Amino acid sequence: MAQAQASAAAATGAEPVLRLSGITKRFGALVANDAISLGLGRGEILALLGENGAGKTTLMSILFGHYLADEGEIAVFGGALPPGSPKAAIAAGVGMVHQHFTLGENLTVLDNIVLGTEPLWRLKQNRAAALRHVEDLAARFGLQVESRRLVRDLSVGERQRVEILKALYRGARVLILDEPTAVLTPQEVESFFATLKTMAAEGLSIIFISHKLNEVMAIADRVAVLRQGRLVADFPIAEASREGLAEAMVGRAVALPERSRLEPGAPLLRMEGVGLRGAEGKVSLENLDITLCEKEIFGIAGVSGNGQAALAALISGLDAPTAGRFEILGDAIAEASPGAMLKRGVGRVPEDRHATGVVGDFTVEENLVLEAYGGDRFSRFGFVKGVALRRNAEEKIAAFDIRGADATTATRSLSGGNMQKVILARVLDQKPRIILANQPTRGLDVGAAAAVQALLFQARAEGAGIVLISEDLEELLQMSDRIAVLYHGRLSAPVPVEEADLRTLGLMMAGHGTAEHSDEGRHAS
Amino acid sequence: MRLEPRAHVPLWLNLAAPLTAIALAFLLCGLLIAWAGAPVLAAYGALVKGALGSVFALSETLTRAAPLIFTGLAAAVAFRAKLWNIGGEGQLYAGALAATYVGTGLVTLPPLLMVPFLFLVGALAGGLLLLLPVILKLKLKVDEVVTTLLLNFVVLLFANYLLFGPWKDPLAMGWPQAAPIIDEGVLSPLIPRTRLHSGLLWAVFFAVAAWAFIRYSKWGFEIRAVGNNPEAARFAGIPMGATVLRTALLSGGLAGMAGVCELAGLKGYLTLDISPGFGYTGIAVAMLAGLHPLGVIAAAIFVAAIYNGADAMSRAMSISNYLADVLTATALLLVLASVLFVRYRPRLR
Repeated sequence: MAQAQASAAAATGAEPVLRLSGITKRFGALVANDAISLGLGRGEILALLGENGAGKTTLMSILFGHYLADEGEIAVFGGALPPGSPKAAIAAGVGMVHQHFTLGENLTVLDNIVLGTEPLWRLKQNRAAALRHVEDLAARFGLQVESRRLVRDLSVGERQRVEILKALYRGARVLILDEPTAVLTPQEVESFFATLKTMAAEGLSIIFISHKLNEVMAIADRVAVLRQGRLVADFPIAEASREGLAEAMVGRAVALPERSRLEPGAPLLRMEGVGLRGAEGKVSLENLDITLCEKEIFGIAGVSGNGQAALAALISGLDAPTAGRFEILGDAIAEASPGAMLKRGVGRVPEDRHATGVVGDFTVEENLVLEAYGGDRFSRFGFVKGVALRRNAEEKIAAFDIRGADATTATRSLSGGNMQKVILARVLDQKPRIILANQPTRGLDVGAAAAVQALLFQARAEGAGIVLISEDLEELLQMSDRIAVLYHGRLSAPVPVEEADLRTLGLMMAGHGTAEHSDEGRHAS
Repeated sequence: MRLEPRAHVPLWLNLAAPLTAIALAFLLCGLLIAWAGAPVLAAYGALVKGALGSVFALSETLTRAAPLIFTGLAAAVAFRAKLWNIGGEGQLYAGALAATYVGTGLVTLPPLLMVPFLFLVGALAGGLLLLLPVILKLKLKVDEVVTTLLLNFVVLLFANYLLFGPWKDPLAMGWPQAAPIIDEGVLSPLIPRTRLHSGLLWAVFFAVAAWAFIRYSKWGFEIRAVGNNPEAARFAGIPMGATVLRTALLSGGLAGMAGVCELAGLKGYLTLDISPGFGYTGIAVAMLAGLHPLGVIAAAIFVAAIYNGADAMSRAMSISNYLADVLTATALLLVLASVLFVRYRPRLR
């Protein structure tokens, strides 16, 4: 490992700016970080890869001073970093950009950047100097934003640039980026990567946390892989391969499920000119046409916030259309009722596992019957059958390989992947004919995502039709039979996956679809 | 100091944390006693003796605990479903009013049936009273905290009107009180020459029943799901409106039974001071119990003992019996704070 590091440093011709030595962190019996040693060179882009719970976030939180390490030391530019103090980390030149932005929406870009660096009573005093400095930084690192605009009017990509500028303004020379591409469209990712290259060329060192293998392959100079708290790989990107990295992350070879060719059957779900007037501030759906057939996966692409939530609410039964005709198995849907949707054979995998998918304080066995507790199988004379619940849970835990839990574990304590398996076990138990899968693999690690995809493929093979909403274009291209793009509440005409490609879909997601659609889209906005 | 989440919470910690908090509350209030100029240990001695020191003291504590168990359960059940019922006091009076209406001669049944009948009528009155704000909440999104709280005064003023007007007992020598409950409806005494009555047994019975209902029944499952995560419950097709209405009937009903318990067990006739704020204290009881129906029994006895003992302490040491309020409030705050340390591990840096 030390050799690998040395060779990496040699390859990039960089002196080390950051060195973590023997970082260990325990939470009770869990070892989140186990004697991790890692170096970062000047102008180097290091990708930190790992599944959820591998210890990436813990490690970066220690570096940034949010957590105290039990053992180990951190040196920045040769000087020891006092542990447990974000202030000291910032002063030493470490900057962090969180996945969820921390910007004041009603403030200008400049205000957001300056806020916290100047005492509040003379926030406006050095304004001209601050503005010059920000514009210098922006020009030097290729981070174009207009300093006078309000953050609320900025796109997601622009907001991210503001976050990075914020860190740079505070003198950051080591940047930690936590899953920075999760919120960007493919085009934005491209320009973002160009910016990263510029920043590295200007001498900034960057730690890039990710679980997307091809992004890591595209941008990093060096990759470090964490697994179960341990550093299992650390080598230059030239020596890395997708398969090798996936295996290092999971600890075994991962079989990525593949879509088989199936002939679609009878139509199950039909939308004709369906519209849904959104509540204030929410996107409305307009004139949606969807036909979903048996043994078919219908992919919905789009940047989040373009009407996915409203479409999911329709199919989940949380909302009823305000215009057009919506049929499930030939019956028109006029009223919002999640229970009625269940009875019609619609299985729903919600977008937000924690908020909508499970009752966190309920046990696994209770969450597994959240949609079925009322039937004869699980209750009698108004009382829930404890024995039946337990037996069902034990079956499902075995069949769906739900780990880290028994029947009576509080569901809250499960990892994202296992929580998703609980939800899928519950949904598939009802033998649904239509499945709504809204971001089914978001935030899941490679192994868990593969398991979830395999389950969906299996349901498809058994005759179910699946509406798959995802922001991950690769997943959509891998899983869908047909794909349509949702933009500002309007859905493009679906294309067979064989005719779809990343670039066109990306353009359509950004609103540059077919002429007709982009025009309408602008109107709607 | 910083806090880190605990992966597992051991059982002993769950029990030790509130007990430590209560001990700490006694310690803190000791300062107040010392400030008031009384010897702390002797004062607490008087408090314990006054609360538990003799059969009579114990019987008084338990007599007081009975209605608190009912109102505590009312709050616990409602809060479990995130229904913020602050109207226990009004529902208590509604229960007492209804029981007075049917129990003073309108209906006569053998004792074995009359007592359950009074409880049923009281429960219905309390439950129906809570239905009104809950329907407003469901239909018009009116905040139930405000409506249930204000209804307390409406009911109390209505009782005022009845007791000064049409229901005034002509034999009561001008006092604003109603005619007594007929003999068949009176709760039987438990210990001779004390005021302790079988209302306590009813209270304990309903605590166990409420626990079993919440824990094992289908409707209890729904109440817990809605209370824990309303969004997930709605998404899973659990009937939200029906669940909240059932919770309201149950919660209001339990508070209504507190009124019957006091009416038919203690006084025998309705007056305007039948409850010294049992409905409000019930909220503290429920919070102390962590909203657990069986915990409510212990919490109610604890709170009753504090109030009862503080009276004795105040007589013996001539310090104000308001200390009971301070002591319960401090204990409640510290118990709530202790929950933080059950969930998180404090670490000194």
